[in-house]
Amino acid sequence: MARIEAMITLEIGIARSGRPPSAAVVTRTLRKERTIPTPSEQTGWMIAVRDRRDRAAFCALFDHFAPRLKGFVMRSGTTAAEAEDIVQDVMLSVWRKAHLFDPHRAEASSWIYQIARNRQIDIIRKARRLVPEELAEPPGTEPDPAQIVAVEQETGKLRAALRRLKGEQREVIEKAYLGELSHQEIANQTGLPLGTIKSRIRLGMQRLRHELKDLEE
Amino acid sequence: MTAIGHHTPDAMLAAYAAGSLPHPFAVVIATHVSMCEDCRAALEAHQAAGGVVLDETAGEALSERLRDRVLGHLDDAVEDTPVHARTGIYPAPVVAAMSGRAPRWKALGMGVKQDILSADGEGSLRLLYIPSGQAVPDHGHRGTELTLVLQGSFSDVTGRFGVGDVEVADEDLEHTPTADEGLPCICLAATDAPLRFSALLPRLLQPIFRI
Repeated sequence: MARIEAMITLEIGIARSGRPPSAAVVTRTLRKERTIPTPSEQTGWMIAVRDRRDRAAFCALFDHFAPRLKGFVMRSGTTAAEAEDIVQDVMLSVWRKAHLFDPHRAEASSWIYQIARNRQIDIIRKARRLVPEELAEPPGTEPDPAQIVAVEQETGKLRAALRRLKGEQREVIEKAYLGELSHQEIANQTGLPLGTIKSRIRLGMQRLRHELKDLEE
Repeated sequence: MTAIGHHTPDAMLAAYAAGSLPHPFAVVIATHVSMCEDCRAALEAHQAAGGVVLDETAGEALSERLRDRVLGHLDDAVEDTPVHARTGIYPAPVVAAMSGRAPRWKALGMGVKQDILSADGEGSLRLLYIPSGQAVPDHGHRGTELTLVLQGSFSDVTGRFGVGDVEVADEDLEHTPTADEGLPCICLAATDAPLRFSALLPRLLQPIFRI
């Protein structure tokens, strides 16, 4: 919890002063303390990439996500070499599309999961996947720390729920989200409880809608 | 405008997040999500679940040079891919499915028109134009059919569908969607199998119209 607060304080500091503290220092400190990054560290890296084009933060994201993305992509039958091409493509998309990352609605892992899915389908179909219209955060939007923490907490509950599942049940959920079940097969499964995270994300969208409205006025 | 009353089934949002939907259905889901904040929040919740699963997987060792290769490309100039914007009643995914052009309507008779956007092994995706008061020829279909209203409304035995509503019909449903009074009804319709019409004549025409 202290860590989340530290990150949020950092965020507010940036928003108020407009002068970011050295992100490289922050990243280095975070990495020294933990080998497995917490979700809020990942989100902090994404924000550093988004707002300051921070390469050290990008490397931290790469080290955590690239091996997982490779495994993810290989589960749909892609060879190791092709999988690395897709991982490269996905990580470059993370760098290039970072301006669309909104921590009020998603953790880094959710956002990167979605980018990976879109890019893999683009490559398989040899045409761009048709995705919903973007709801991008206008530049200079003040962060709302309570909302960011709430999304993290709700995602944490999802994580705990996934870990509580028994072997076979957990395997089905993994298969569903890793793209190994057809939509009919998914329809026959009972999924993870998504109710509260859904309402949190909904709040993040409402906040965004207000910001966009202010921008138009 | 009335509130959206008929949403997409949650399992389809999960399948969309996981990339498991056939293309025609995926376009309908992306379009509905562009029009419906509840379903957008539900989709993002599934993406959160997908992110948790990704985060918890063990991963595969990378070849040594991959990181340097990626870092070496960070400053590459990137070609701007065209981003299609919403145009009139057509949300961005529909405009993208038409590659940015206007609909090319083909008459089906009785004032009903269609524009086939894709038809292949994954199923078919088309726009339908139904003048008010007019029925789409009675048809059943193999597999599942999703119909999303973009303008006007239609009614059939299962209820009334307005802008943003999605009707999910399985193969047991023999329905006659009829456009309500008011603006002509324009829908985005997707199937994972070819349609078959109940009346003899339209069935003979089916290969010609590819429906």
